[in-house]
Parts: sequence; C-alpha cells; structure tokens
Amino acid sequence: MAVKTATGAPAPLPAGGTGQPAKKGFWAWLNRRLPVDEFITTQMTGYLAPKNFNIWYFFGSLALAVLVLQLLSGIYLTMFYKVGEGTSFDSVEYIMREVDYGWLIRYLHSTGASAFFIVVYLHMYRALLYGSYRAPRELLWLIGMLTYLALMAEAFMGYVLPWGNMSFWGAQVIVNLFGTIPGIGPGLVEWIRGDYGIADATLDRFFALHVALIPLALLLLVVLHLTALHQVGSNNPDGIEIKEKIGPDGKPLDGIPFHPYYTVKDLFGIGVFGVLFAIVVFFVPTLGGLFLESPNFEPANPLSTPEHIAPVWYFTPYYAILRAVPDQRMGALLMLLAVSAFLFLPWLDRSRVKSIRYKGWMSRAALTLFTVSFIALGYLGLQPAEGLYVVLARIFTIIYFLFFILMPFYTWLEPVKPVPERVTYHAH
Amino acid sequence: MRTDPGRGARGRGSDAAARLACSLLAALLAMVLAHQTARAAEEAADGEKAARFGADWRSWHANTDVTDMPSVQRGARNFVSYCLGCHGLKYERWSRLAEDLSIPPDLLQKDLLPPGDKTTDYILTAIPPKDAETWFGKTPPDLTLMARARGRNYLYQFLKTFYLDPSRQTGANNLRLPSTAMPYVLSELEGLKRAVFRDVPSQGEGGQPTHEQVFDHFEIIAPGRLSESEYDGFVRDTVNFLDYVSEPTQAARRALGVWVVLFLLVFTWLAWLVKREYWKDVH
Repeated sequence: MAVKTATGAPAPLPAGGTGQPAKKGFWAWLNRRLPVDEFITTQMTGYLAPKNFNIWYFFGSLALAVLVLQLLSGIYLTMFYKVGEGTSFDSVEYIMREVDYGWLIRYLHSTGASAFFIVVYLHMYRALLYGSYRAPRELLWLIGMLTYLALMAEAFMGYVLPWGNMSFWGAQVIVNLFGTIPGIGPGLVEWIRGDYGIADATLDRFFALHVALIPLALLLLVVLHLTALHQVGSNNPDGIEIKEKIGPDGKPLDGIPFHPYYTVKDLFGIGVFGVLFAIVVFFVPTLGGLFLESPNFEPANPLSTPEHIAPVWYFTPYYAILRAVPDQRMGALLMLLAVSAFLFLPWLDRSRVKSIRYKGWMSRAALTLFTVSFIALGYLGLQPAEGLYVVLARIFTIIYFLFFILMPFYTWLEPVKPVPERVTYHAH
Repeated sequence: MRTDPGRGARGRGSDAAARLACSLLAALLAMVLAHQTARAAEEAADGEKAARFGADWRSWHANTDVTDMPSVQRGARNFVSYCLGCHGLKYERWSRLAEDLSIPPDLLQKDLLPPGDKTTDYILTAIPPKDAETWFGKTPPDLTLMARARGRNYLYQFLKTFYLDPSRQTGANNLRLPSTAMPYVLSELEGLKRAVFRDVPSQGEGGQPTHEQVFDHFEIIAPGRLSESEYDGFVRDTVNFLDYVSEPTQAARRALGVWVVLFLLVFTWLAWLVKREYWKDVH
C-alpha cells in the first residue's frame, strides 16, 4: 500500500508500530498513524481487573454512561433552549410541548442529573467500604473528589437554567453563601451574580459555565481519573493488591481482562440501571417533587418567595448542616468542611487493612452511623428548619464530623481480622 | 373602578370585542356578588337548617384520570365557558387542544375558538393585564402549569372552598387560598355557601389567652344551577382538563414508556446471558 504525500512522493513510515508482524490493509495503515490497537491492548484487553468485583463495582461504568447521556441530551436541549430571563422558562415549556420528543429529552436530562448523583454517591460509598482511597490510590481518590465537586457546580448551575421560582430562590440562597466570607464576601457575591441580585446576567453566565466550561472540566477529570486508575490498578472488595500474587506468566493470578469480562458485565449493569431509569423517566419524572420540584413550574419571581426553599435532594445533606448552625457564617464554613472532609480520607484512615470485611467493629459502627447520618441529614434538609428537625440535624451533623475526626483513632486502635492471601471468589 | 370597554379593545382586532365583553362580565360579577353577599348573609342569619359539610376539606382528593377523555373534554368546555374570561393557557395552542382531545374542527370553530382567533393561536385570555390588575388587585395567573405547580388536589380544594365573606372586596373568600383575589365566579353553578367558624381558645403573643377562629363547616344558603354532585363533577372535569393541559404529552409518555421498559428488560436479559457465557471461563 503506497501512501502519498501532498507532492505525490511516497512518505517514509515506520514499519509495524509495536513490533508485531506488519499487518496489511486499512487497519494497519491506521495503526501506523494512530495507536488504536495499542490503546485497546493496554487499556481494555490487557488491563487486568480483580475477578471478585461485586455489585458495588457497577457504579463507575454507570457514572460514565450517565455522563454520556447528559452530554448528548444536553446538546439536544441547547438547540432549543433560549437563555435569558424573559425566554428561559418559556423555551423549556416549548421543549416540553412543541419540540418532537422534547419532553423525553428534557426528562432524560433532569432525571439524569439525579441519577448521576445516585450512582456517584454509591460509587464513593464503595470506596468507603473497601478502602479504595488508600495508598496507592490517594490521587485517584482526589481526582474523583474534584470530579464530584465539578458535578455539584454543574448540577447547581443547570438547576438555575429553567428559571423557575425555585431556580431563582435556590440560586439566591447558594450564591449568598459566598457573602459570608469575611472581607471579600459581598463583593464576591456581586462578581458571581454580575448584578445586584440574581438576574439576567447571572442566568447567562451560568448557562455558559453549564454547557461549556464545566463539562470540559468534567471530561478532563474523568480521563485523568481513568488514567490514574489504570496506572495503579483497581481495588477490590477484599482490599488486597492482586499485583502481589503473580502467576508463571507474569500476570496477576486473580486478574481478568477488563474486556470482555467486565464490558459484558457492565453492559448487564447498564441494562438493569436502564430499566429503573426508564421507569422514572416515563412514569414518575418528577418523583413526587424530588427530581423536579413543584415550585419550579412557576416562573422565577423575585417578589414571591416559595413557602420553603429546599435544594434538590442531592444537596440536602449539606443544606441540613448549613441550617443546623445558628450562625450563618459558621454554617457555611461547616458545610464547606462537610464536603471537603472526604478529601482527607486517605490520610485519616490508619487501619492495617483496607476493606470493611477485615476491619474491626469500631470501623463498622462508625461507617453505619455515618451512613445513617448522611441519609437522615438528606431527609432533614428537605424539611422546614424548625423544632425537632433542627435538633436532629445538629445531632447528625456532630456524628457526621465525628466519623472523620475520630477515624485515625478507631481505625488504629481496633483489632482487625486476618486478610486472605488471594481474593475471595466463588465461580458461578 | 375603570370599566371603559374602549380602553382594552384598542390595539386588538375588532373581533376581540366580544371576548373582551366576556371578560368584563367576570369583573362585573364581582360587583354583583358583593351585593348578593350582603343579602344572602342576612337570609342566612335567619338560621334555617342547611346541610353541614366541608369539615374534612383538607383531605379532599381530586381523583381525576387524565385518560378519561370525555371528562377532559367537558373540562375544556368548562374552562372556555368559565375561566378563559380571565385566565389564559399561554403555552397551549387551540389546534393542539383539538388534536389531543379529538375535537372535530367544526366543533372547535363553533363552540370553543374565540371569534377572530386562528386555530394555531395560543389560548390567551382577552382580559388586558393592566386592567385586570386594577380590577382585582393582581393579574389573574396563567393556568397552563398550575396543576403541576400546585397539584390537582389543591385546585380541587380551591374550587370547592369558596364562601361568602362580606369583609372581602369581592364578597367572597377561600379556605385553600385565604384572601384570594378571585371572585366567587362559580357561585352561579354551586350556589352560595357560607363558612361557619368556631372560637377556639389559644395563646396569643406573650402568652395572653385569646381566641382563634377555626373553620368548622359550610352551609349552602342559596342553591345554584347544579346539584352538589353535579358541581363536584364540574370541578373534577375542570381539574382533569387542567391536569391534561399542564403536561399534554403525559398520556403519550406513559404509552411509550411501556415499550421502552419492555425493550430494556429483553436487552438486560440478553446481556445477562452473554455475561454468564463469558464468565464460565473464570474460576
């Protein structure tokens, strides 16, 4: 096969990219110019993952699937959405009513936002269970946490775009949190809003950030996350390193190629997820006000405050912590700490084992209490901040932080169970 | 009160005059009601035994079914006859309404479409917003999304808990939305009812004992054109129509959803078979 340059002279090319026998045809032509084969070999068929993944290991690939869904449905929405305080609300209704299958695309996107947080929270919880944040995966964990923070920003700004009344007042509450920063606070809030209140300028810039900057950042972070994962290798429910038990062929005894084994398994996971997702999209798209809040079917109105302002469910644990503190500045600080506490996990966990399977009773109790607190705070954040609700929110806030603060002590003090040599796996 | 009919009609087609007249009627009704209220209240004071009801109004459910097409159609008729004078459905086109509700074109022209409107027009009220604000204190809200914003039960309870209240400018008040600016426009159908309150001792600010007026029950004091059950059906149909109009695609959504879920179940089952086949090699 002759490859010509622009002048017609044959171009000098390296023969056979990776030392394999030179193939012929288009595929070989392509691979001499782009390392497709090499990528598949190193990242898919040659990437060995532990064979004992359980149900918790579906949520990484599901998060990727939801990301793709959000990008595609989001691009489609952008074709019809008209940003601006006089047009946003109307254009969303136009999409819902007059664009062919616009309602479907919009519900896919709005349900996708909640689904994203569900799978990401479960994905993060998997790391808590099996110590996936521990060395050598600290950076993998940190990149993941940055992705989570970017996702929160993306979701918040996306929520403002329909310009419903809850969009407006939610933005009001969240943006005002920056005003509690001493000194620069008030100026910073004005800078974020681009106006003296949440207004057209705010909406326009949130649109720009939501559809361009943050999605790009998310994609970059996901690529980094996967690159870091493939560098250090996946953890597993036993929390032991498969690379430490090498077979005669020089490969981990308990590793299996990601493709085809985990691609077909994840495809099944996507199917199960798809069924649940479709049930919400087609039969309960608002999920009783959890995924789409009723006040957001009224246009933004600066003169009419909704009866009680609550963010969408995925922010409510932090919102409950914010409201549990009487002082607004302390509340905002505690909220920030609650989100960022996860960043320190790799250094807070001093246990000799990674997985909860082999940790002692104290770790189990602590994680159980933390789980209960997180869910309870999520519920309380949806309720009005009064009476017993505030008392409970304070109790659960304290437990939430004790989980992190006491972690170095209980993980170090408690007796742990012996860790097996090889991963626990029963063939089906 | 400014009721110069020339003001609002200016700038719109002369055909809109008829629509405007309709909407002005609604405004006039408020004034008429104020007089009626005083009279009816006197009659009620005579203390004749009327049916007591409504103590459980907070638990009233709309129980509507948006696939019940005759009910949605009746609701559309009710809306055009009684609501459109003041409230629009600005995201819904007449043609869409006719298509979704299987209303034949000639019937749409004859019974529903305001004179001068095209079938592709959005369903707008003829009431000039500025005037409406002068007359009622606020512009009557667009109702396209009200069923989604407030819920069907809210609408049902709102339309069923109007009562005479001489202290209000419109002569009427509402339990679901106290101090509502909306007049008792459906009293012609429902009849006039008054609310009976009872005194409940309570603690005021600073702990001094005081009294609170708590709603006890309704009494019909003048019958309307419809019986109680007929009026209930009227309200349910209207709420059902507003539910349809708040999301016209909802029936199509559920219908398509069945097929999508079935497809995904088959897909998942096949994916499971493939997974099981591959994983036979893993020991």
